[in-house]
Amino acid sequence: MTVSPSLSLAQRLRLWVSRPAGPPAKAVQFDRALTPWAFLVPQLAIVVIFFYWPSAQAVTSSFYLEDPFGFGATFVGLDNYADLSRSNEYRQIAGFTAFFSAVVTALALGLGLLLAVKADKVIRAAGPYKTALISVYAIAPPVAALIGMMLFDLHIGPATQFAALFGYDLRVGIDYWDTAFALIVISVWKQVPYNFIFFLSGLQSVPVSVREAALIDARSGWRRFVDVTLPLLAPTAFFLLIINVTYALFDTFGIIDVIVKDKPANNPMTLVYKVYLDGFKGNDIGGSSAQSVVLMVLVAVLTVVQFRLLERRVHYG
Amino acid sequence: MAGMTLSSVGKTYAGGVQAVSDVSLTIEDGEFIVLVGPSGCGKSTLLRMVAGLEEITAGEVTIGDRIVNRLEPSERDIAMVFQNYALYPHMSVRENMAYGLKNRGTSRAEIEARVTEAARMLELGPYLDRKPRALSGGQRQRVAMGRAIVRQPAAFLFDEPLSNLDAKLRVSMRGEIRKLQRRLGTTSLYVTHDQLEAMTLADRLVVLNGGRIEQVGTPLEVYHRPASTFVASFIGAPAMNLMDAQVAGGRVLLEGVDLGPAGVAEGAVTLGLRAEDLSAAPTGLPVVVDYVEELGASRIVHALAEGQRIAFAHPPEAALSDRMALRVAPGRLHLFDTLSGKRIDRAARVPEVVA
Amino acid sequence: MWKIKPFDHLILFLGTLFLLAPVVLAVMSSTHSAVEIHTGGLFLTPGTEGAATYAKVLTARGGFTGDVTGLSMLMNSLILGVGFAVGKIVLSMMAAYALVYFRFRFATAIFWMIFATLLLPLEVRIMPSYQVMSDLHLLNTYTGLIVPLLASATGTFYFRQFFKSVPDELLEAARIDGAGPVKFFLDILVPLSRTMMAAIFIIMFVYGWNQYLWPILMTTDEHFFTLMRGIKAILQVWVGSQIPDYNEAFALAVLAMVPPVLVVIVFQRMFIKGLTESDK
Repeated sequence: MTVSPSLSLAQRLRLWVSRPAGPPAKAVQFDRALTPWAFLVPQLAIVVIFFYWPSAQAVTSSFYLEDPFGFGATFVGLDNYADLSRSNEYRQIAGFTAFFSAVVTALALGLGLLLAVKADKVIRAAGPYKTALISVYAIAPPVAALIGMMLFDLHIGPATQFAALFGYDLRVGIDYWDTAFALIVISVWKQVPYNFIFFLSGLQSVPVSVREAALIDARSGWRRFVDVTLPLLAPTAFFLLIINVTYALFDTFGIIDVIVKDKPANNPMTLVYKVYLDGFKGNDIGGSSAQSVVLMVLVAVLTVVQFRLLERRVHYG
Repeated sequence: MAGMTLSSVGKTYAGGVQAVSDVSLTIEDGEFIVLVGPSGCGKSTLLRMVAGLEEITAGEVTIGDRIVNRLEPSERDIAMVFQNYALYPHMSVRENMAYGLKNRGTSRAEIEARVTEAARMLELGPYLDRKPRALSGGQRQRVAMGRAIVRQPAAFLFDEPLSNLDAKLRVSMRGEIRKLQRRLGTTSLYVTHDQLEAMTLADRLVVLNGGRIEQVGTPLEVYHRPASTFVASFIGAPAMNLMDAQVAGGRVLLEGVDLGPAGVAEGAVTLGLRAEDLSAAPTGLPVVVDYVEELGASRIVHALAEGQRIAFAHPPEAALSDRMALRVAPGRLHLFDTLSGKRIDRAARVPEVVA
Repeated sequence: MWKIKPFDHLILFLGTLFLLAPVVLAVMSSTHSAVEIHTGGLFLTPGTEGAATYAKVLTARGGFTGDVTGLSMLMNSLILGVGFAVGKIVLSMMAAYALVYFRFRFATAIFWMIFATLLLPLEVRIMPSYQVMSDLHLLNTYTGLIVPLLASATGTFYFRQFFKSVPDELLEAARIDGAGPVKFFLDILVPLSRTMMAAIFIIMFVYGWNQYLWPILMTTDEHFFTLMRGIKAILQVWVGSQIPDYNEAFALAVLAMVPPVLVVIVFQRMFIKGLTESDK
């Protein structure tokens, strides 16, 4: 009835990557010429119209300079890309994006793991914690940001008041790094529950016999954790790493938009937000498209590299 | 109800792997045929070709008087019982049995009658409205049987239907399948890797090896006159002893000991000896006892005759010593060609009467 | 051996506290007046203005056209969430069925074509996607709001994994029972997938409800505003007001988070199962 639990998450992920061609997915299949197409047409149509067409458009318009008033476009070859590579602002944003993604991923994974390990130890009482955390997961990023914005509000924000106790003037929305701090806190807050759920289910799938063997073989709890639990969690962690990086790069858009509020001046932002700003606010369609293409390549490369490099170091139990 | 013929049936996979080759077999109406062999011998593939689940790449399969090669499984007038039962988990027992009939447009009253009858026969009456997950393994097995019975097909196909059951249940289900088949008189093709199951169920056995038929015959024929060393070692437990021997002067010599008349050409042969045809004697083939398997009613003694392994049956009350001598019951020497492994038929060469 | 572990509970408790505190602050503060919040900060205790604030947010007509209400935004969010989840399930089940259960030409190419969509999120092709929608005259329509979001293979991937775990013998038994491809799909596979469908519905509903970027681009007509779009709108008038409507913003945030949070809590078991057992 349900998905076979005997294969771990990452095992299946790996299977999917190493034998991606899929067919034949079953030893026995129907042999019909037309029926499969009837089942495929809706999905294919949507994929072509709303994925491939826009993606191709992004690539073509990145070679054009579009008139801001809509009076046609001029072919400019790689000029848009050249502009990007010369832009200090773009490089600075790329740098911040890397920093932001790394910090958010590390903190969200670390805290998620910490809470999951603790919840796993008190397993009979883990239910309420699980329910509490999962409700935070269901909150949309912009809603999280709206709440966060209040917490960091200059006048009424408890976080601002708390910082003032220590004589620090926290000025989110005005000071670059203060805003970056708020962005990171909100982004991590929103993502910790997700990692918690996965780590906890990963921990709970460690067989009792393995736990007991570890209990006999290693005296210190820390040793047990490092030598036994962590390697067994590696597939989950590997999977989560990809999800978290993707989250930090893309899903934080709502958070940034709410906090930065279309006022990019002296505020931190990520590459995705820059694409949006240049395209919709700056009407620089060619430049925005070139950025889209750069991001596409980045994401595609990242995904492939992650699979290739990390996969080998992960123990599949 | 109908007979079935397979003529030169073969299966070659896309990669060029030959799973089944040149299988010809005529099955009488109402006969219970068991396909037996080690895993990978092609027995399941053969069954699935008959069922229409696997394409037939060579030869012809006839069910009744129709060539079914190109027919869909549902058009072949067969029913199949799977190893893992393959019950539809979301349907009740009743719905599981009725589904095939419903798809063929059988009338509601007729479906009801047949399901009730099958349930009565299989003692499934109280479970008709349960889902498969609420049934025990044995009950699921019966439902799978019931699903086949209600179809009233020309033939039943069984694909290792008992291998998911525990040993005790397996024996009782074996008996039930046999009784049921006798009662219904439906032609049956049954696949198993268990030679004991094969022996007890079959009207005729088909021993397969490497995609080819090694031997076809009644269980006793196959047991007493195995056509090759492969059959000899596969059918019967413990496996028949196969030893290097010589024929000289019309006598079979094992390690220089005369075991009886040969009646075949001189030279090296493979000698087959069943454990129960050997017994301890004051004189005979000298062996050194290695270890003993206690079976309660009897014991099997494993020994060495000049370095060749030999097992023999020994009554539990009889004395055992480290060194013993064995004699062979008269006429129980099986001779095989050392190269091809085929049985060398002694009667064909020497008109000697065998006791 | 199994003893109470105060230290573990302490960490868990503090962690949960920090994660939940903002939510509690938002809920509690939404029941106080804007002035109270402006002078007294955020509240951890309930106030008296809750009914009035929520009534205003839900029914008061706002926006430029004067007919967008909290209720209409709630409705639109619901349409987006449910429409997206249902669309996703239908499309991806059908596509996954074709990919898993059929042998046909170009199967590999089609497989790649569909699964390549997992590589690039909507955000990186947002600009041209908008243009395509504009060319197709789908701006400010429910179709435009929902359908483009379906162009990702997550659901197809879930169902493909699930179908592959369904025993082959079920298909064989069904074929012997005379079921063709369509009958097998409807009679056997769909009922078999009920649990899976429910889990995916929950995941996708939350995902659809929480969409932000796409709705803010696609809807300029306030009739199509979702709650997420409403949050954007309330923030746009924020700047410049003397005492911002903190309470209304909080009430809107609470409205926007209650449905997905409820769904996830009620169907917790199924949700976690769907999330963790079927990959992403």
